[in-house]
Amino acid sequence: MIVADRKPIEEIIAEIKEHEKILILGCNECVTVCEAGGKKEVGVLASALRMYFLNQGRDVKLDEITLERQCDHEYLEEIRDVIDQYDAVVSLACGVGVQFMAEKYHTMPVYPGVNTCFLGVTEKRGLWTERCQACGQCILARTGGICPVSRCAKRILNGPCGGSTQGSCEINKEISCAWQLIIDRLKALDRLDDYEQIDPIKDWSTDRAGGPRKVEREDVQQ
Amino acid sequence: MRLQYPSDINIILVPCTGKVDVLHILHAFEKGADGVYAVGCMEGDCHYNSGNLRARKRVEQAQSILETIGIGGERAQMYNLSSSEGPRFAQIAAEMDEKIRNLGPNPIKLAKKKAA
Ligand code: SF4
Ligand code: SF4
Repeated sequence: MIVADRKPIEEIIAEIKEHEKILILGCNECVTVCEAGGKKEVGVLASALRMYFLNQGRDVKLDEITLERQCDHEYLEEIRDVIDQYDAVVSLACGVGVQFMAEKYHTMPVYPGVNTCFLGVTEKRGLWTERCQACGQCILARTGGICPVSRCAKRILNGPCGGSTQGSCEINKEISCAWQLIIDRLKALDRLDDYEQIDPIKDWSTDRAGGPRKVEREDVQQ
Repeated sequence: MRLQYPSDINIILVPCTGKVDVLHILHAFEKGADGVYAVGCMEGDCHYNSGNLRARKRVEQAQSILETIGIGGERAQMYNLSSSEGPRFAQIAAEMDEKIRNLGPNPIKLAKKKAA
């Protein structure tokens, strides 16, 4: 899923303080799971902002809506009838949702309520870690299912580098060396021979290096 | 045991303090509460293992939000005691009552009155 983290309330206040009718818009998907932008976080932020503005002697309308998703037209359309009641939206969706909202409601100021961090997993409640950087050419088949693109600090393809020490990455002892993990896993799979294969140069044009990307599927288009 | 505690305190019963959420605490302040405190079992004695530990974290989260928005973090507190400690319950109530009286009313209440 897409992992996001809450923005400090002070930062959000600084962005929206000129507005008077604000919609706090949550998203029911990834940001709900990582407890950054779901219905509950919308409630907490809206309550805090209502109190803040009241305390400043300001009468600011602050409403709460949480959509199923903010990255699909059909769900964003659900607010079409009410959007005119507001002069700003704080979207607690990931950056994708914030942007789609801004594209769709062209004259409505939209502010991000979370910091979008990475594609990752929930290791346990309250701990999310990165697993994929959407490079567009997945090589997990050759690396024992462990991604060196997202998990090796240097994105090395035939690792490890010389800094790998007792399973830790040289940039931070707390971080496992991705290549140590890959070797351990290939060993467990009895496929250590694969490790001896030198990986060819990766085609990075499908990564961000090739500019903004798209996936187009005529077979499912209408 | 008939113990007196300040009559302004409104007790809300929950099955376990683990049920108490940041949102409940914030909404209480939004509605004008001058202070909110959660009273859980002793740490290590929760029937659901970690309800009271979670409650403490949520109270801390509420404190930090209340501080940021200018209401004052110390208006939210967490206490632990065992169910046999009636006198301690009354003592905590008096302590909290005094603390909040010293802080004065919830500024939201005043702001709402002004706005009305
Ligand atoms: S190789 Fe690319 S697509 Fe596969 S997990 Fe790593 S970053 Fe993601
Ligand atoms: S120590 Fe391992 S994870 Fe860190 S940069 Fe080197 S190869 Fe990559």
